[in-house]
Amino acid sequence: MPTDETPVVVVNNLVAGYLPGVNILNGCSLEARQGELIGIIGPNGAGKSTLLKAIFGQVNIRDGSISLNGENITGLKANKLVERGVGMVPQNNNIFPSLTIEENLQMGVFQDPKLYDDRLDFVLGLFDELKKRLKQRAGSLSGGERQMVAMGRALMAQPKVLLLDEPSAGLSPVRQDEAFIRVSEINQAGVTTIMVEQNARRCLQICDRAYVLDQGVDAYTGTGRELLTDPKVIGLYLGTLGT
Amino acid sequence: MSSKKATPVKTSGLHIGAVEPGVKKTDPIITIDKVHRQFGGLTAVDVDHLEIPRGVITALIGPNGAGKTTLFNLLTGFDSPDTGSWTLNGRSIAGVPAFKLAKMGQVRTFQLTKALALLTVLENMKLGAKSQRGESFIASLFPFLWKKQEGEIAEKALRLLQKFKLDAKKDDFAGSLSGGQRKLLEMARALMSDPELVMLDEPMAGVNPALTQSLLDHILNLKQEGMTVLFVEHDMHMVSHIADWVVVLAEGKVVAEGAPEDVMKNPAVVDAYLGSHQDVDLGVITGRVSKGSE
Repeated sequence: MPTDETPVVVVNNLVAGYLPGVNILNGCSLEARQGELIGIIGPNGAGKSTLLKAIFGQVNIRDGSISLNGENITGLKANKLVERGVGMVPQNNNIFPSLTIEENLQMGVFQDPKLYDDRLDFVLGLFDELKKRLKQRAGSLSGGERQMVAMGRALMAQPKVLLLDEPSAGLSPVRQDEAFIRVSEINQAGVTTIMVEQNARRCLQICDRAYVLDQGVDAYTGTGRELLTDPKVIGLYLGTLGT
Repeated sequence: MSSKKATPVKTSGLHIGAVEPGVKKTDPIITIDKVHRQFGGLTAVDVDHLEIPRGVITALIGPNGAGKTTLFNLLTGFDSPDTGSWTLNGRSIAGVPAFKLAKMGQVRTFQLTKALALLTVLENMKLGAKSQRGESFIASLFPFLWKKQEGEIAEKALRLLQKFKLDAKKDDFAGSLSGGQRKLLEMARALMSDPELVMLDEPMAGVNPALTQSLLDHILNLKQEGMTVLFVEHDMHMVSHIADWVVVLAEGKVVAEGAPEDVMKNPAVVDAYLGSHQDVDLGVITGRVSKGSE
């Protein structure tokens, strides 16, 4: 639950894209308040991942602005953002496969190694399974375990804002549910979280507020509960199957 | 294509005797015996006995890496097992290559679609038709031998494209279609060969939920037209909605089978695959909403 109404991340009319002349985001806006869990859903190609990458300084921004705690961070590079307390877990290639789990976690605090012991306790408290396997190479882990290492590494830097790109992708139903519960726990520990998800139903169940992206624009927004029962969202994005 | 809300009619009475892994079916279309496939040290498929019932929709589910796609590849001649035998309509088809199986009435689609990107949608469809007279070198020189059949094939292709709402795209390159449209094209193309058994590998993966309903209707139609459907899927809502029979694969073995509602209550399946939260709101579990607030 949001602790107060202070906006932490504000995205204002963002226009961004990869190829010259082709915009993926066409004036997209979003706001995440202190301690909120924000979901981003929408059809294939709506620009969900691009929005996360744009916030994290990995896509060229053509127009609009992004601010963090009132400070303009538009176009700031990823390393500068990590220093300011933003963490990101990409969808693919999110671990160093040839390093051990321990080394992967160390990479998370390379900018401030003094934090290591303290943060390690916190991360292993969340991901108990990793404790026994710290010396194992990360490349030998299954998809669900890799996801834990990736999230753990992002949390090592003690982020105030966490960006997650499809934490449940490619996992079987039981692993997906575990991933969502973990995300919820991380958020409840006080980390403002912005999560992109294909599994819209699960995402809406745990998030405080959500944005539905369509063709690079935030088409709808509301609390997770409102969107779960909104007939338009159900028809277009959730489908009528299931609960 | 009845009303969308109607729940499809399920077929029952498919098995003989007590339901257990490898149970005999009243009318199997495919029978698999002792099929084993190993990749290096990893046993991908190790099925002792499995029968797929005819004329109904069977779902194949299981955790990541359970061997679902490998079993598909074996059954369709895209891979060959180390040992084992299997039959289609009582005829052994072990070692029969994919193109011959297609002629015998068994076609498949792929998890990652395989459209021929630089042919048009209509050309992709035409390729699916079987026994084309113009295929031999000599015959191809004499258009009067195949012109008429070519016309019939094109007509049939257009009919199917209309059914799958792809007719507006018929002259576009298949490469320009979106992921969901490619899935539809792949299914439509499979139907060009008038198959008896249609095998679909994750038909819903990566498809926008808005398209799901129409894909489901298409699959249900196949059953109504008398075809047998075997499909792999992770989306359990879809499985319980349309499947008459469910087979659960884990570590290459058949660990459970039965009607969807029974399989989903099987503790082993819940443990290994579904998880105990399947039909629970995660908002309640994580304490974000109280139970009464909905």
